[in-house]
Amino acid sequence: MKLTLKIWRQKSPKDKGRFETYKVEASPHMSFLEMLDVLNEELISKKEEPVTFEHDCREGICGTCGLVINGQPHGPNKGTATCQLHMRFYKDGDIIVIEPYRASAFPVLKDLAVDRSAFDRIIQAGGYISVSTGAPQDGNAIPIEKDQAAKSFDAAACIGCGACVAACPNASAMLFVSAKVSHLALLPQGKVEAQRRAQAMVRQMDEEGFGMCSNVTACEVECPKEISVTNIARLNREYLSASLGSEV
Amino acid sequence: MNVKGNQSVESFHRRLGKIMWDYCGMSRNADSMKKYRKMIQELREEFYKDVFIPGSMNDYNPELEKAQRVADFFELGELMVVDALDRNESCGGHFREEYQSEEGEALRNDEDYAYVSAWEYKGWDQDPVLHKEELIFENIELKTRSYK
Repeated sequence: MKLTLKIWRQKSPKDKGRFETYKVEASPHMSFLEMLDVLNEELISKKEEPVTFEHDCREGICGTCGLVINGQPHGPNKGTATCQLHMRFYKDGDIIVIEPYRASAFPVLKDLAVDRSAFDRIIQAGGYISVSTGAPQDGNAIPIEKDQAAKSFDAAACIGCGACVAACPNASAMLFVSAKVSHLALLPQGKVEAQRRAQAMVRQMDEEGFGMCSNVTACEVECPKEISVTNIARLNREYLSASLGSEV
Repeated sequence: MNVKGNQSVESFHRRLGKIMWDYCGMSRNADSMKKYRKMIQELREEFYKDVFIPGSMNDYNPELEKAQRVADFFELGELMVVDALDRNESCGGHFREEYQSEEGEALRNDEDYAYVSAWEYKGWDQDPVLHKEELIFENIELKTRSYK
């Protein structure tokens, strides 16, 4: 299948950047990233600079890839990352526009690669449990309701890819932060520090320049792990009760 | 970076991978490995003469990063062949075609090879030096595992 790609090229964080058009011949069996590999091999054979894009596991668990494809983070399919998108979802002759995430808290490093270290700093601000919880416990030693465990697990499915930020008109990181806060706050080991954690992570999120949440819920739609916006409600509750009850 | 040749890093990675897959996969034998150890060395020489790394050294350059990894893979790949040649027995994921039972099962040689091989790097054009870390079993006796 023959495709026309309009790809964002930007040499460095300071470069203005522009779209460049490329033609590529792909097989429907290829993944989207493999199609970009083919394009890059062609560019290299012509002594041109390949398109920089991030990737690692290529099986939807690491959160490294994340392209905005025809305006949608991770492309058109629901509940999958860019690496899980295959060319069979496109037709011969299609024009595909590929951009990096657009958010001031995620500056473009080069072409399609953005700097997502703001997420790391949010995690460093409180996305952990400070006490040593020791070796794995016997499964039944701490009884946790099934419902509670399932909610925590669903939140823990977040791979930190940042698609929620890219999908949000305010470039808010609330879905990411709420998933991390929920996954820990719902379990007994994480409950102790839940309020302090919510405050610290929200403070860092604001410092990084992410926008506010205005309940657009585009984040939930684009999330490759289908993290629910109910986590944002939980974060708001934790944050509010922490603010009201905090020691001055 | 300064080679400025004509072949991509990826193409070398694939060629090295094919050699490893074909001749130093789970099932390997001494004759072909001896031949292909030389092929890896030749491919490595070709890499340093004809690789093309686009971009520059001071920018974010994933191709340069990949080139550094592939350069390491040449050494690691050759070391895997050296180690597989040294171990004249079949054991676990190392199946030497010369050492198998009549039924085609792996044939271990605990008398000579009950050790972990630690190879010391002596420079990229030198043979590595073997240090044996003996495996000593005090409470159990080594036996052949059978699923039959």
